Amino acid sequence: MSSENLMTLNLKIWRQKNNKEKGEIVDYTIDGISPDASFLEMLDILNEKLIKEGSDPVAYDHDCREGICGMCSLMINGQAHGPEAETTTCQLHMRKYKDGDTIVIEPFRARAFPVLKDLMIDRQAFDDIIAAGGFVNVNTGNPQDANAILVPKENAELAMDAASCIGCAACVASCKNASAMLFVSAKVSQLALLPQGQVEADERVKNMVLKMDELGFGNCTNEAECEASCPKGISISNIARLNRDFLKAAVTSND
Amino acid sequence: MASSMLKYATSSVVKKQVMGVTGLLLCGFLISHLIGNCLMYLGPEVFNKYAHALVTNPLIYLAEAGLASIFLIHIGLAAKLTIENNNARPDKYFVKQKTGHGATFASSTMPYTGLIILVFLILHLLDFKFGPLHTATYGGVEMRDIYKTVVDYFQSPLSVLWYIFCMIALGIHVSHGFWSAFQSIGFWHTKYTCLLQCLAKVFAVVITLGYSALPIYCYLQGGN
Repeated sequence: MSSENLMTLNLKIWRQKNNKEKGEIVDYTIDGISPDASFLEMLDILNEKLIKEGSDPVAYDHDCREGICGMCSLMINGQAHGPEAETTTCQLHMRKYKDGDTIVIEPFRARAFPVLKDLMIDRQAFDDIIAAGGFVNVNTGNPQDANAILVPKENAELAMDAASCIGCAACVASCKNASAMLFVSAKVSQLALLPQGQVEADERVKNMVLKMDELGFGNCTNEAECEASCPKGISISNIARLNRDFLKAAVTSND
Repeated sequence: MASSMLKYATSSVVKKQVMGVTGLLLCGFLISHLIGNCLMYLGPEVFNKYAHALVTNPLIYLAEAGLASIFLIHIGLAAKLTIENNNARPDKYFVKQKTGHGATFASSTMPYTGLIILVFLILHLLDFKFGPLHTATYGGVEMRDIYKTVVDYFQSPLSVLWYIFCMIALGIHVSHGFWSAFQSIGFWHTKYTCLLQCLAKVFAVVITLGYSALPIYCYLQGGN
């Protein structure tokens, strides 16, 4: 790598000590960034510099750095996971930027996701929604014969598409209403599309939607910014399925 | 049982579904009102007789009460949902950029276009329904000359421009609302959803052009 390609960038990063204190945007300049570095590696380089200077490094979430765990987040220049379609922040590379660019980095924002520190948010709300019904109860015992329960190929694929949700919360972050409908609909659909999910279908959709409302997420206005920002390309057709299943549960549920 | 029903009814999903259904009913009203308006092109007698037949039908009170409730539910819920949505993100972003593949101008301005339509609706009732009274007699029956009220009102270019501005806002509102209602109810299909989105745009254009043509027609026939 010739040094000619190395970039100098102006960063505007949200700094917040904890969830009690108010945060602010702080300016940083960083140089010597290779276009081959990932976005998180660029932040690592910044943090090394900050540590050397004796300053507090920028706190941000990350784990697998392979685009599958759903830990990384970040609003980059006002877009969840940055400008690239179907890409998590960890898979975003600095070749998307050029020398001298200004990059604004903020945490995902929603009432239900309090900022813990800097760019780290608490996504416990998603776990609470899953705990409210995003599972199937299966009695243990002898394994069933393979293929004893038939699943139409199309449904298996749609369920798999919904199941590719990594729960990163980009849908909430990009929605102007901070609605969690895409996440909840994916988690409802992955089970509702399969025979194994039918037994608890009504209860599941009801409990998950009511939990989502209780946690203070906004209401869906069918803008589809969530779908466009989703690193896994989850379709808003799942939201229609959720709406349909919820209405059905309201009419047919026994309670 | 009752509390369970209430939980369903006050959930975000059902609130959106009620918005969708009332919105679609209001779209139906837009069509019937537009057809009624088109009778103006046939002259004062036809239009006044039609208006007279409408207001003297005893069922009109029931119809008006129904229409008013649909409007009030749609507007009231819209206000509630908008407040809830604002509260869902108390700390706003420093920079927010759209992806370009999701939100449209229509979808992101729904509360604003809705507000314009609300102001228009109130003024519209004051200007016409409760506006200047003129009478005309056809075949010995005296009735309100609503035709004259309308033509007089549109003699001011400002009235014409305000009306057209509001009809553009209405068109923008229904271009998102029409298909969005189906999505909220739970209708989604690989082929038909795309068709519905196109239909919403066609409906918006028909409504805006249809309603905007009349004030221009009234203005042009002015002193005659």
